[in-house]
Order: sequence, then structure tokens, then C-alpha cells
Amino acid sequence: MEKELLSGNEAIARGAFEYGVKVAAAYPGTPSTEILENIAKYQGIYAQWSSNEKVALEVGIGASLAGSRVLVAMKHVGVNVAADPLLTLAYTGVNGGLVLVSADDPGMHSSQNEQDNRRYGKFAKIPVLEPADSQEAKDFVGVALEISEEFDTPVILRTTTRVAHSLTQVSLDDPGEFPLKEYQKNPEKYVMIPAYARVRHEHLEEKLLKLKEYGENSSLNFIEWGEKRDKGVITSGICYQYVKEALPQVSCLKLGMSHPLPESLIREFARGVEELYVAEELDPYLEEEISSLGIKVKGKELLPLTGEITAGMIQEKIGGEKTFNPLQLKDYTPGEIPPRPPVMCPGCPHRGVFLILNRLKLVVTGDIGCYTLGCLPPLEAMDTCVCMGASIGAALGMEKANPHLQGKVVAVIGDSTFFHSGLTGTLDIAYNLGSSTLIVLDNRTTAMTGHQDHPGTGRTLMGEPSKAADIPTIVKALGIERVKVVDPLDLEKVEEVVKEETGSSQSSVIVFQKPCALQEKERGEALSVDEEECAYCTFCLDLGCPALINDYQEEKVRINSLVCNGCSLCQQVCDCGAIRKAGDKGE
Amino acid sequence: MNNTINMLLVGVGGQGTILASRIIASVAQSRGMSVKLSEVHGMAQRGGSVVTYLRMGEKIFSPLIEKGQADIILAFEQLEAWRSLPFLKEEGTVVVNSQVIYPVPVILGDKKYPPEILSRLKKNTSRVLEVDAPALAQKAGNDRTVNVALLGVLAREMEFDKEDWEKALENIIPEKVLEPNLKAFQYGYGEG
Repeated sequence: MEKELLSGNEAIARGAFEYGVKVAAAYPGTPSTEILENIAKYQGIYAQWSSNEKVALEVGIGASLAGSRVLVAMKHVGVNVAADPLLTLAYTGVNGGLVLVSADDPGMHSSQNEQDNRRYGKFAKIPVLEPADSQEAKDFVGVALEISEEFDTPVILRTTTRVAHSLTQVSLDDPGEFPLKEYQKNPEKYVMIPAYARVRHEHLEEKLLKLKEYGENSSLNFIEWGEKRDKGVITSGICYQYVKEALPQVSCLKLGMSHPLPESLIREFARGVEELYVAEELDPYLEEEISSLGIKVKGKELLPLTGEITAGMIQEKIGGEKTFNPLQLKDYTPGEIPPRPPVMCPGCPHRGVFLILNRLKLVVTGDIGCYTLGCLPPLEAMDTCVCMGASIGAALGMEKANPHLQGKVVAVIGDSTFFHSGLTGTLDIAYNLGSSTLIVLDNRTTAMTGHQDHPGTGRTLMGEPSKAADIPTIVKALGIERVKVVDPLDLEKVEEVVKEETGSSQSSVIVFQKPCALQEKERGEALSVDEEECAYCTFCLDLGCPALINDYQEEKVRINSLVCNGCSLCQQVCDCGAIRKAGDKGE
Repeated sequence: MNNTINMLLVGVGGQGTILASRIIASVAQSRGMSVKLSEVHGMAQRGGSVVTYLRMGEKIFSPLIEKGQADIILAFEQLEAWRSLPFLKEEGTVVVNSQVIYPVPVILGDKKYPPEILSRLKKNTSRVLEVDAPALAQKAGNDRTVNVALLGVLAREMEFDKEDWEKALENIIPEKVLEPNLKAFQYGYGEG
């Protein structure tokens, strides 16, 4: 059998292919993005980027009712956006199997919070499966679809960053035959008016009992009795790997299905060991459930509630010893090591806008994307970042609450984020007679997650040319009359238009339009500094461009020609006229 | 699990650490080893510090490597080598690109780039191989082959056959840039 090294996300895509998924939808979000990117490569699956996770799930609902097996994917916070349809989908159930992948991000490698989406299983009353590596990620897609169809329920497949982005070996199989089911009109099941929903809720509670029974006997949950029975660890997902790494001799109950939990199996395991532990990241989800059965268990008194856990922590806290010794470091002071935070790329069209917002001392309500980096030094021009689309409502709230802030607040949002959640907020500003200025940083792509298409790019996930949504036309239709489109690499223009629009008593939208520097086919000609003329004004350094080199001993700034992309922002801010393209001669 | 090789690849977002880790993993796999590889995507990739964990051996559970566990650190930049040093095992190997890339706090003058990293690395382990990988890449005729030049140096430190490496390169690197990459690998291998 062929074995390939696949990431958890690639394996989930493979699972969708092998287990007959015919429709897949998602909005990109780390660490889930590669699932749909890979599904789109398989023949016979219709795959699409939706404008947000709620729409993705709604497309999934329609496809399932129409009879197809379906996969929808999103990052953990995306499930919040999709929660509205999800919690009622639990009532209606499905026709074709439906699996919702929730990719959680403990440690917040690329997220604004680290919520624990296992809670959604209990909240929505639906099953949750947790794979521990790529093989399980693939296999569990099949199991999830089977459960979905057998129990008439959506199923959450919950991964975390270390499952989604770790590559482990997977056996590949040929795709099975999963014919389209027949569509049948059934309003009592699918039209959730109160009279029908009350009945469906009864069904749902019955389903949960059956699912619990299923979990007791399913191979998803299993006990590995170790050589020792003095300690036993209950775990799920990636933490299983850490437990096996840290405590190979210790007995272990691995839960592949973390909702609903197999009560009898847990009791059996608890009886078989002297001391019971739970190894889980984030919330004490398993611990609380097990404690509620009246079983004594240790979890969060030993392992942290925040961030990721490690094999080392388990070894130390549960095993009681550490078996590896770190190097004795010589001449090593961690405090001396400068951090290397992520930065906007050389030539990034967002950089100059933030420089101007900083100079004008505006209050900036921000949003989610590469441009959130505008909060970091030296640009430091962002006051808030909460969730997708929040910049717009927050700007309106600020000006309504505090008259001193009127004319001083701008909302900043990217193009993909605007399509995701910005339209309703913009409508709110127009409707409620706000005077806020909304800046759309339109770099023509979903940059942060790796350049996915969106409704504004004129191309679908499957590569078909499509109608490109035009932001100025949209915001005018929503009722904003003042709309300007400006090149963000022209700093004079940027400053002029921001001053003008924040000064206006009417609401307005400025679209700063320029493709992401990483997507430009050819890099512009690098600039260089004439060292004779550089008086070390350091204005260029305010841009925080990684192509600049600050030689503080010589008191000169240089440009790294391998990195510079010639955007010329530094040239525009230089007080000494020392920066020019290689071809230009000094006067 | 004593025959497990733990390797850390560290660098700056955009330097090609991910491709390099894929090539090493592919070589290990072709030798019948079990492999796990873990990396982080998203925001960190925008010019920030990036770390890839690569574990190869008979049976691997955790995809991660903790402090004091790395047999080899393959560093694409000096500061990142220094930052990751606590992960190294006693007498572990550091293959380090001598290239320096200033992080923004250094560009701004808020922080200093630590001095004499290479000689201080050598105080910590006798197994430090420094490589001027950009020079090798340039010699190979393509500035973007820095990562593969480093692999050439690494290959001399590992027990895999040179042919296995070349086969992996041929399988993974796109045809149109394969030639300069094979050259860069060869130059690196010669340096090792």
C-alpha cells in the first residue's frame, strides 16, 4: 500500500476524496486553509471559497439536503460565524453526510483567541471527532460521514494546529462509491418553525443517547493498558502523541470521539488504574465531564489552561521525572536576543497608509489580516482588533459615544475581510447617519492565509473566471456617497485624501488599491542610498521596512538590494534626497 | 527510540525552510524511516522567526522537539541559530548559514544584533559548520538556491547516500530550476 507524507489538512482533503464528498466549501483561515486548497485538486468534487464561514456552512446544508456528502472547513473562530446555522442544523439533521472541520489554534500561532471548540459539540448537541495524526485525520473524515448519515446529524472534526500542520505518513486508498441520495421534501424535518422545531429537539436528545451508546463500542475510543496500572491518562487529539512520547509505559484511554463521551468505557478505565489523569490542551473539557461522573481525576491542577502542552510537561507533571537534560549553555543571555516579530513585506501596499495614520494621530479601529501588523512598532497605528469585520461597527460606536472622537476615527479593513463581514457594518454606518471614514486596504487577495481568491478577484477556487465584485460600487449601493479610490504608494495623495475624508461630516470610504507585493510577477528595481547625501534623518526607518539596514555605528542607512522591491516609500519620506533607483543620478 | 534523529530547521519567513524540510523528510522516507514534520503557517511567515520540527526514526509519536532534544539544528540565519540553541543536545550539530538578516527591532535601533554569534556557537558545541550559503547559491547561478546549498552541507553530516538526496531533489524541485539546485547541493556537499 502506498504511504505518503501528508499534513493533517492534506489528509482531510484526501479523506473527502476517498469517502465520496461531492461538495466542499470554506473561508480561508489558519490553520484550516489548505484543506480546501487540496480538495480543489481532486476531480469530481465541487469546491468553493465562500465569502464567510456562515455562507460556507449554508452551502453545505443545501448540498447535504440535495443528497451529496459534504465537507465544510474553517478555523475555530470561523465556527462562531457559522454557529447560527450549525445549532439549528443539529435539529434538522442531514440527508447526505456533513462534516464540519474546526481547526483550533492552541497557542495562537495565527489567531486572535484560543477558544476550545470541543465545547461546540456539547453546545450544539452534535458529535465531535478528534484525530491525533494525518492517518486518523483521513480515516475520521470517513467515520464522521458515516456517523452523520447513520445518526442524521452534522459532525465536527476538530483538529488543532499541530495536527493540521504536521506531516505524518498516510496510506492512500482508492475512492469508494457514494451515490447521490434522493432529495425528498420534508418540511417537518427541514423547516424549523417552532411547531416542527419542538419535535426535532426531542429527536435530537434521543439521537444523543444513541450516539453515546455508539461511542461506547466504537473503535474511535480505545484503552491501551500499559505495563503499569498505577497511573492512567485519558486524552484526545494531539495530546495522545505527547502522552505516548512522555509516558510510553503508562495506561492510556484515547478518545477519538470527544462528544458524546463513552461513560462506561471511562468508568472501566478509571477502575483499572490507581490514579487517573487527563492530558488536554486549553479548557478542562474532558476533566469536567469525567468529574461530573463522580470520578476523581487530575488535570488542570497540573497542566496549563492556556497555550499548548508538551510531552515534557506531561513527563514532569504526571510522570514525575524528566528524562532528557538540556545543554549547559555558555555565554548565553536570552535577554540579549532581539525578537523577530512578523512584519509587512518589502513593497507592502499597506505600509504607507499606516505611516500616514500614525502621523495624523488618528484613532484606528482595525481588523483581521496582514495589515493587523500595523499595530506593531514603528507604525503603531491601530487601536483595536477583535474579529472579522469588527473595525466598522467599532468606528461608528466610537464616534456616537464620544464627540471628541468625531472626525478622528477611521476603520481599516482588508478586501477579503470586507467581503467576509464588512458589508453589514458599512450599511449600518450609512443607515445610522455616521460620519466615520472607512479605509479598505484592497490588495486584491486574501494575503495572510496565502493568497486565496475571493469575490473581488474575479476567479473561483476551481480556477474559473467569475464576476469580480467592485468595492466602490458596493459601498455606494449601501448608501455611502463619498467614495475614493487611491494608490497607497503615493504618500502625498494618501495623506491628502485621509485628511479630506476624516474632515468631512459625511461618512466616506477610501479604497487604497494595489496588489499584494508578493503577488506582483516582477519585483521592482531596488533603490539605493547615496551615502554622501544620507544625513541619517532616519525618517525612512519609521516605515519599518525589512529591506532597510540601520548602520548605527556609521550613522547611515543602507538598503538590502536582495530584499528591496522598489516601492519607493522610503524615497518619498527621506529628508535628505539620498535614496534613489540605481538608474537615477543625483543632482 | 535511540535511533531517532531530531532536527530543527530555523530561519526567517520566506527563506525556504519548508521546502528544505520536505526534501530531508523525503530522503528519510525513501530509507524506510518513519517521519513526522511540523511547521507553522500564517502570520509568523511574514518575515518572522520560523521553526520546522523534523523527526525521523523507527516509531515517532510527538511531532515536536523540545529543549535539549535536537541532534541537528539547520539554521538559515545566524541570529535564528543562536535563538534556537537551547534546543540542541549536548554535542549536537549546528549547520549555520553565515547570512545576517536584521529583525525590525534592530533596524529601528531599539535592540542590538548580538555580536560574534558564530564563535559563541562554537563555545557551546564542537560541531558547528558555518556556510556562506548565498555565495554558493550565487555560484550555482540562482540566488534562491540558498536552502539547497545548505542541504548539501547537511548531507555530509548525515548517513543517507548522496544518490538518495539527489533523487529527492529531482522529485520535489520543479524541473525548470532543478539544474541550479543540483549544482548548489553539490557545492554545499563539497564544503561539508
